[in-house]
This record gives sequence, C-alpha cells and structure tokens, in this order.
Amino acid sequence: MIPWTAIVVLSAVAGGLGVVLAVLDRYLGTYGECKIYINDNEPLVVQGGNSVLQYLIDHKIFIPSACGGRATCGFCKLKVLEGGGLVLPTETPFLSKDEIRQGVRLVCQVKVKQDVRLLIPEAYLRVQRFRTQVAAIEDLTHDIKRIVLKLIEPDTIECKPGQYIQFEVPGTNEFRAYSMASPPSWKHAIELIVRLVPGGLCTGYIFNRLQEGDEIYITGPYGEFYLREDSQRDILCVAGGSGVAPIKSIITHLFEQGTTRRVTYFFGARAVKDLYFYRECLELARQHPNFTYIAALSAMDPGDQWEGETGFIHTVIDKRLDSCANMEAYLCGPPVMIDAVIEVLKRKGMSESCIYFDKF
Amino acid sequence: MSPYVIFFAAIFTNNIALTYFLGMCPFIAVSRDLKTATGMGIAVIFVMSLTALFAWPVYHWLLVPYHVQYLQLVSFIIIIAALVQVVEMIIERFSPTLYINMGVFLPLITVNCAILGLALFMILRNYSFIQSMAYAVGSGIGWLVVIVAMAGIRTKLVFAKVPKALEGPGITMIIAGLMALGFMGFAGIVNLQ
Ligand SMILES: Cc1cc2nc3c(=O)[nH]c(=O)nc-3n(C[C@H](O)[C@H](O)[C@H](O)COP(=O)(O)OP(=O)(O)OC[C@H]3O[C@@H](n4cnc5c(N)ncnc54)[C@H](O)[C@@H]3O)c2cc1C
Ligand code: FES
Repeated sequence: MIPWTAIVVLSAVAGGLGVVLAVLDRYLGTYGECKIYINDNEPLVVQGGNSVLQYLIDHKIFIPSACGGRATCGFCKLKVLEGGGLVLPTETPFLSKDEIRQGVRLVCQVKVKQDVRLLIPEAYLRVQRFRTQVAAIEDLTHDIKRIVLKLIEPDTIECKPGQYIQFEVPGTNEFRAYSMASPPSWKHAIELIVRLVPGGLCTGYIFNRLQEGDEIYITGPYGEFYLREDSQRDILCVAGGSGVAPIKSIITHLFEQGTTRRVTYFFGARAVKDLYFYRECLELARQHPNFTYIAALSAMDPGDQWEGETGFIHTVIDKRLDSCANMEAYLCGPPVMIDAVIEVLKRKGMSESCIYFDKF
Repeated sequence: MSPYVIFFAAIFTNNIALTYFLGMCPFIAVSRDLKTATGMGIAVIFVMSLTALFAWPVYHWLLVPYHVQYLQLVSFIIIIAALVQVVEMIIERFSPTLYINMGVFLPLITVNCAILGLALFMILRNYSFIQSMAYAVGSGIGWLVVIVAMAGIRTKLVFAKVPKALEGPGITMIIAGLMALGFMGFAGIVNLQ
C-alpha cells in the first residue's frame, strides 16, 4: 500500500517551508538597484543580490570560470576596487597575500549588495560568445576525438596560439575549458582535441551525443598560455595526453609564419595506440630543419612495435637536451607531468619566467 | 509544569550543552572569540525558537491527526534545514562580518544535534505549545550562556601555559567537562522530566 497520507503530509511540510523561504528571499535577498562600474566604462545597472560573475555573464562579459561559480577552479579573479565586502573563507585558498592586498577577488563569490567598482583586463572584454556548428567529429585514438566547430554567429575569432575556449554543455549550466588546436589563421572555425574522462559530464556528452551538424555555444578566447611572438629564444614544446591541442596550434602558427627559431617538440604518451598526429609531425620535421619531434612512450602494450624513446617524458627531455639557457618552454598536460618537466628545465638553466604552462 | 520553571531549568539545570552534551561541534569550534561566540549563540536561540514555533504545530496539527508520527524525524530535519537558511539570509543581510566569521558553522547549525534534540525532547515530554516555546528560548539562552562563558575562558587561556598536546580542542573539552561539573551544582533546584 502506498502511504499516501505520509507523502501528502511530508509534501505539505516541505512545500510550506519552501513558500516561507521564497517570500523571505524576496525581501532579504534583494538589494535594490546597484551599479557595477567596469574600468572607465558606463556602469551596468543591476538588481543586487546575485554574484558579480553572474551579472557579468548576463551582460555578455565572459570571465574564465571553469567551475561555474563554485569556488573550486580559482579562475574568476578580478580586482574589485570598491564595494566587494570582505574576502570570504571560500576565496582565501586561491588568493596570495599580495593579491588580497591588491583587492583581487573570486568574483563568483562576491555578491552585489551595493555599487561595485571592478577592473577587467581588456582581453576579457574581447571575449565573445559564439554560436557554432559541429563541422567534423572524428576519432584520433581510442579515447581522443578531434572536433571542428564552424563559427556561425559571430563568424570570426581573433585569438593567440595556445588559448582556450569554454564549451557550454547543452541542457546544463556547466561549461568546460578546451584548448584550441587550430592556429589563429583559422578565422572561421576552431579545432578541439578532447580526451574522454570516464564518467565525465562534458566529455561524456561529446563522445556519446555530439554529432555533425549539432549547434554548440562556446565562449572565448581565454588564457595567459599563448605563444610569445616578440621573443627570439628557441622554443621547447612539451605535451602529454590531450595537451597536444595548444601545442599543435603554436607549432602550426610558427611554421605558417616561417619561423627561424629552433622548435623542439616532445610528446609523451603511454602506448602506440595513444599516438596521434605522429606522421604529420614527422613530415613537418622533414620539411623544416629547425623543427625536431620526439615522441616517447611510457607504458607500452605487449606487442607494440616501437623504436623511439621510452619512459616518462621528463626523463627523455633530461637525456636529450643539454642546456636550456636560451630557450623558452610551453608545457601542456597533466599537473604531475608539468611539475616533473619544470624541475628538469630549471636544473638545465631555464629561468622560471620563460616557462609557460597549462595544467589539465 | 509552569513555563517559567521550564525556561529557567532549560538555562541552568538542564542546560542542553552541559547536561546533554548536545551541539558540541560548534561549541568547541566557534568559542575562540567572544564576538563570534555571541553571534553563534544568538543564531542558535533564533533557530531553536523558530524550530519550536514550526515543529510543534507540524507535529500536533499535522502528524498526529493523520497518524504519521513516524515522520517526526524527517519533518523536523526539513524544518531545521529551512530555518537555518532563513537565519543565514538574515545574518548575511544585516551583519556580513558575523556571516564571514561564522563561516561554515552557520550552515552547520542544520546538523546541530542540539536543535534536533530540542525538538525531540519537547515532543517526548509532551509539552504544550507555550511550554515548548519556553523550553526552546531557554535552551537557546542556555547554549548562548555556556558558549560565551567558554569563549571568555578561552580568551584568558591564551596567556596560560597549556601542555602542547592539549592545545585547542583538547583543553576546550576538558574545560567543558569542568563547566558541566559546575552546572551540576544547579541540579537539585528543579528537574525536567
Ligand atoms: C585551460 C584548460 C584547457 C583544457 N584543455 C583541454 C583540451 O584541450 N582537451 C581536453 O580533453 N581537456 C582539456 N581540459 C580539461 C577539460 O576542461 C575538462 O576538465 C575535462 O574534459 C573533463 O570534463 P568532464 O566534464 O568530462 O568531466 P567532469 O564531469 O568535470 O569530471 C568527472 C570526474 O573526472 C575528474 N576529472 C576531470 N578532469 C580530469 C582530467 N583531465 N583527468 C583526470 N580526471 C579528471 C573530475 O575530478 C571528476 O571526478 C582543459 C582544462 C583547462 C583548465
Ligand atoms: S568560477 Fe571557479 S572559482 Fe569562481
């Protein structure tokens, strides 16, 4: 027998309390009209009560925020000059003492209750939201896919090689960061390289549901990890797993521009089945004497035919490079790999200010 | 039993913190500083009074008539969760500093056994509505009194030579024990059943 009375009574209790909360929220959770001043522009006028991040998104100003406002990514840092209130305990793990002194905050945690004054880097103000269409989706390996998104509205993107976009997972409020694998010369489309994370929300969507012709929204470009084009130093690129994407963009861009800088590219994978863009890179190295490509496998499957380097990529770098003094490095991949590589590079004389990386 | 007696008994002889040792986690964690402790105490008074205000009618006018008393625990927990939200909204609105200082302990009142204990005791002891309210406000004040006393002692403790191994929660538990012994002195006056 279904305990109807119990269900009805419990629903009544919960519903009644819900009403009480909703009414209170109307009176306590709203703060009237507040202004958000950004740099020296006209202020945004909003009804207070939500987070700064939310209002910025509402007004099409896109701040990097890979966790969607839950204070776990630490990306949404901005300088709040006035009206931000005190730093919350949820923010302190992401802010250094210096940043706190300068007024840097995680804006997903800052509630608008009064007029707020913010500094937003110009680069963020150039970030746009794009309507795109999937032009191609194909397997690169057993767990990595290549996706090409054609830009529809707006139909051009200006970016630097190495930057990333945020992919809005349809039907949710979630978004995830993916580096662009295409060079900036691709003005009307972007290429992504996505690796399946078992049980992952966004990659699950991409692997199981996404099809050619689907419409997807993305925002971008974001990121401080991009090729420094005004430098003359030799370039070292290191990628692991799906970290190939930004490196591919950087290298393609360099050779499109006919670079004369020496470029060395280390790629670390587990087994032969994880190799991709391998022939393309060998071909590029054949055409350009100033490009060297070294792939290394760390956990070969039985039966793999492999003559090249083996072991973790940082040990291979250690073996193959002598001095790194006149080089700058672009590293992309899982955090453990990046930390290990940085150790090696510093030991070989590279200054920390020449090492750029994206951990994911 | 007169509501006045219940009220005073709830503060002194049957203090919810020191005779039942309920609500210990915020009691230990938030008693480092007088101001925060006072804020926490007031929040607890608030939540307790509101809990009684809502839980009594829900139990006697809804659960009893429909013979679903077994929903007591679930209903009370839902009520407490909602009321803590209310208190959170109010504190955030009127005292952002307090809101930040209480940090995670504010939402944690939801799982504070003192509040649930209060709601269950008042049903167990068959209190009328007026008695329940007196018991709730009294228990809240009682909790405030001991957390403020504890915070007072702990601010003095900064100057004391506490053995390394007992610093922080350790010595606080010991002091709570001594305070409980002290409060036993009131026990003979009245006893709530
Ligand atoms: C700047 C930046 C650039 C990025 N570029 C790329 C890219 O080019 N290609 C790409 O494939 N990914 C990239 N990522 C990672 C990507 O944003 C997602 O985190 C990843 O695809 C998982 O998303 P999901 O929704 O499928 O999994 P979620 O639902 O977020 O996660 C599911 C579970 O997996 C864990 N998890 C999440 N990410 C990883 C991971 N990378 N490794 C192991 N466990 C994980 C989570 O902790 C969680 O427990 C980038 C991340 C950043 C910050
Ligand atoms: S959006 Fe991730 S910390 Fe604010």
